[in-house]
Amino acid sequence: MKPAKFLAPSPQPLSREGRGALSGDAITMGADFLQFLVSGITVGAIYALAGLGFAIIYNASTVINFAQGEFIMIGGMSASTLTAAGVPLPLAILAGCAVAMLGGVLLAKFAIEKARNASVVTLIIITIGASIFLRGLAEVVWGKEFHQLASFSGDTPILLLGAAILPQSLWVVGVALVLILVIGFFFTRTLAGKAMLATSYNRLAAQLVGVNVRKVVLAAFALSAALGAVGGAVVTPITFSSSEMGIMLGLKGFTAAVLGGLGNGLGAVVGGLIVGIAEALSAGYLSSAYKDAVAFVIILLVLVFMPNGLFGKRGTERV
Amino acid sequence: MSSHRLAPLAVLAVVAALLPLALTNNFLLNIAIVAGFNAIVCVGLNLLIGFAGQISLGHAGFFGLGAYASAVLVSTYGWPPLAALLAGAVAVGLLAFAVAKPILRLKGHYLAMATLGIGIIISIVLKTETKITGGPDGMPVDSFAVLGFQAYGEKVWYWIVAGLLLVAVWAALNLIDSPAGRALRAVHGAEVAAETLGVDTAGYKVMVFVLSAVMASITGSLSAHYLGFITPSASDFFRSIELVTMVVFGGMASTFGAVVGAVVLTVLPQLLTAFQDYEAMVLGAILMLTMVFMPKGLVPTLSALIAPRRRV
Repeated sequence: MKPAKFLAPSPQPLSREGRGALSGDAITMGADFLQFLVSGITVGAIYALAGLGFAIIYNASTVINFAQGEFIMIGGMSASTLTAAGVPLPLAILAGCAVAMLGGVLLAKFAIEKARNASVVTLIIITIGASIFLRGLAEVVWGKEFHQLASFSGDTPILLLGAAILPQSLWVVGVALVLILVIGFFFTRTLAGKAMLATSYNRLAAQLVGVNVRKVVLAAFALSAALGAVGGAVVTPITFSSSEMGIMLGLKGFTAAVLGGLGNGLGAVVGGLIVGIAEALSAGYLSSAYKDAVAFVIILLVLVFMPNGLFGKRGTERV
Repeated sequence: MSSHRLAPLAVLAVVAALLPLALTNNFLLNIAIVAGFNAIVCVGLNLLIGFAGQISLGHAGFFGLGAYASAVLVSTYGWPPLAALLAGAVAVGLLAFAVAKPILRLKGHYLAMATLGIGIIISIVLKTETKITGGPDGMPVDSFAVLGFQAYGEKVWYWIVAGLLLVAVWAALNLIDSPAGRALRAVHGAEVAAETLGVDTAGYKVMVFVLSAVMASITGSLSAHYLGFITPSASDFFRSIELVTMVVFGGMASTFGAVVGAVVLTVLPQLLTAFQDYEAMVLGAILMLTMVFMPKGLVPTLSALIAPRRRV
């Protein structure tokens, strides 16, 4: 008998991001590079969204939410199964968002808020418990198999300087870009966004000037869940969706957030793109087996020399 | 060692001695053995997480390296099992020592990320270097033999694991009560304060990191011999999380908590198979509820209820 395993591991679903690659002879080195770059930016955009989700929740509550990947999974699964049942795509994506947001708010309200004073590790285990729960729930509702979703505007590749770009890649990058801009606008131009930002700088001070910090935490979980769910929906035509799709995406999102410096939203986006591009280039030029290791090698190197990530605030320890 | 720590150790010894009476078949014995292996790793990991206050989300990597050192050196190169086990432990110790210094400077989530990365990199290497490790399909491991004695069958392994667990618990309790243990707890409580009092905080953190990694490696070697087969999943991210969860669930900074956590979370999935499709949901819910309502873990919370002022 194998050692008892309670976290239901199984081989990672492989993404199909290399699908658009043309055969080697016909294309030049430059086109090769462009091809890898495009697929890197595509995955990187999803990592960026996941990383942004980590950053938003971390800012509001100093919690690292290991269930972030499950929000992506919920978005992907909802979009693929609902459209298969005849629901129009935009509605299916919205429904996925709503489900993920509900999950996020419930997690914040009934677990994170209650355990506010618990240690860092305890909070991590709570979010891991949540991710196991959500994965289990997804298996019950949607089964363990992979689900397909048709590309939003066909599968005919767009040829650009010898590289074949899938229309869906443009959707992924475009949607991610719009979401990131909207989030940026929200945090810098709206009262609610500024209140959330204020909470991340100084919780007590924010509370003193009338910010309802509890609501901020709930809003942060809802926002991150929605971001994840949309990301999951747009990437599903390329990667398929399954109950386990969120595991690696969540880990890479965490890597992106730490790489950029925890709590730095823009840093997380840049971190996501760096991880995505580095992965695609090493899959193309070095070895596809070690593709998943690249993100972690980068993060280790960066942390050795920059213990607070690329753009993290230099922390001074209060005694 | 003070007597209030000795009493629970005696209880643990009695339980371990009497347990085989209740474990009437090999299936139950097997669960007990796996729980015991997990408990040994968790006792070591708890020294790091619970006492030194340093998180590691990568210890399954060290466990896996130990397991594969034994598998490869014994099965492929014909080394004696004990030599392979020791070689694995030394290699893992050196690796842990090499990475400890830069990594343990990191704090909180950054440390979590770094250890997570190390564990995942080890796991990917074991999965990919197919020529040496057999890749994702794993490889067989010869049985453990030393000086003509061959460890074979659940009964023999039960006593080996029980004995090692008692030694590990005894050693951990001793360490915690020693000056080094007090220094470790000081590092956890207030690192800067400890430093100003002349405690070599970095040195102690490195020491306990290496110690816990070596314990994981030795346990990995033995469990590979026991199972007779090893796959890279023994070293993956889920295993690392599983180990940390056991420590936190049972109770950080409680050696017996680590043992209880390991046993409960090894046995629980076996019981939860009754829930069939709902197994993962129930397990996730139990983890969340326990940590929300008992953030300090099972053993510290329960022992505070029984004897409010005493620390176990």
